[in-house]
Amino acid sequence: MAESTVQTVQEKEPLFGKKERKLITDPLNDNNPITVQVLGICSALAVTTLVAKALVMSIAVVFVCGFASLFTSLLRNSIPKQVRMIVQLVIIATLVTIVELTLKAVNYPIYKELSVFIGLIITNCIVMGRLEAFSMANKPWRSFLDGLGNGLGYGAILIIVAVIREIFGKGSLMGIGLIGAGDNYFINTLAEGSWFAWYMPNNLMVLPASALFVIGVLIWIQRSWNTKLVDIS
Amino acid sequence: MHSTGYIIRFTLIMTTIVAIILAGLFSVLKGIHSENEAIFNKRAILKALGDNLGQKVDDLSDEQVTTIFKDQVQQFSLNMSGEVQENILAEKIDMKKEKKKPEADRTLPLFVFEKEGQKYYIISVRGNGLWDEIWGNIALKSDMNTIAGVSFDHQGETPGLGAEIKDNPTFPSQFKDTKIYDDAGVYRSITVRKGGRKNKIHEVDGISGATVTADGVTEMLIRGIKYYEPYFNKIKKTSKIGMN
Repeated sequence: MAESTVQTVQEKEPLFGKKERKLITDPLNDNNPITVQVLGICSALAVTTLVAKALVMSIAVVFVCGFASLFTSLLRNSIPKQVRMIVQLVIIATLVTIVELTLKAVNYPIYKELSVFIGLIITNCIVMGRLEAFSMANKPWRSFLDGLGNGLGYGAILIIVAVIREIFGKGSLMGIGLIGAGDNYFINTLAEGSWFAWYMPNNLMVLPASALFVIGVLIWIQRSWNTKLVDIS
Repeated sequence: MHSTGYIIRFTLIMTTIVAIILAGLFSVLKGIHSENEAIFNKRAILKALGDNLGQKVDDLSDEQVTTIFKDQVQQFSLNMSGEVQENILAEKIDMKKEKKKPEADRTLPLFVFEKEGQKYYIISVRGNGLWDEIWGNIALKSDMNTIAGVSFDHQGETPGLGAEIKDNPTFPSQFKDTKIYDDAGVYRSITVRKGGRKNKIHEVDGISGATVTADGVTEMLIRGIKYYEPYFNKIKKTSKIGMN
């Protein structure tokens, strides 16, 4: 579909062509905000103890990053250059407050769990970095996709880290018990004659420091497989 | 370059629009927020009952929580000398604000849960952990001595260390059947003991790596339960259990 429109309507950019697809896929791998640009590490350490928390945080960042990029891009020609950073910050802060108020109404326990970290999306360098680097110079649709892509790139790493930390730290996944001491776990290490009686959840995985180790290992894996990243940073 | 006048106009218009959007959204959602908060607090109170509730608190729907509160829970607000304050609803008491008041002026919430003729007195305590405040609800059996269960929560304790007071169910479960008075009737409270408890009546095991939070829990319990002592004594003296 997309290719045929390119041929018939001359010089009109396709809505979702190769370039646009690249805006989404690039931040997932080659230009990942966490593993390649090393941004947004702080919240990646804090909210990755449980997959549910990481998932909500990812959705929030995808929303904020996407729409902040869209609105900034729509306003890019009328934003006074002297105060552009402040304007961007106001846009981000507005969206973050909307997310916070909505989450408080929709799922109060998760809102309580994430506490300050939703508010701290305002200071997440990924969002502001994309506004400065991309949205201020590009058209709305492409900026929106770029924002979404970067949010997704951040979210993907967050969820991978959270899955690893929750399984090894708590013995569960999305709150469903896999292995641990008790009847509510799939493999009950306390059960008589259990093969896993030696198993203990690794408490280090619950501590914030372990997220750094996990991200470090992820960066290592990514670079050994995607060798063109090795010399970039 | 834009002129200074343009910049001022731009920022004024933008902030006005943003303010209107956020204020509107806030006032629309305000009712739902306070409802959610009330349910959240009620769940925390019921959680202190542990098995005595008969159901898991997490499995209850919001409506069920409200119904249990309406049918099975009586609320009392107490002043520091143990007198019931008529005009204050216990669930509306903000423990955070109460903690900032001088001790003599505080109001204490008390929830009495009744099931199959058995009464449980749920009291609220608040103290300091390592990074920020910690708080909890304690359910006492009708002898006002034996603990039926507890639930704790915290503002910002470290996950995996101090946060275990809430996240690890084995920590609160140890409190079951501990006693706050010894046989001679002397107030002992419950101590969180580093390196393992020495007796099962007045002590529970600490959490490795979370000594400060554990000491905070001990401190919170010693102070917090004592606040209710005048009321307990009054009830015991009249040998009437409950307010009716």
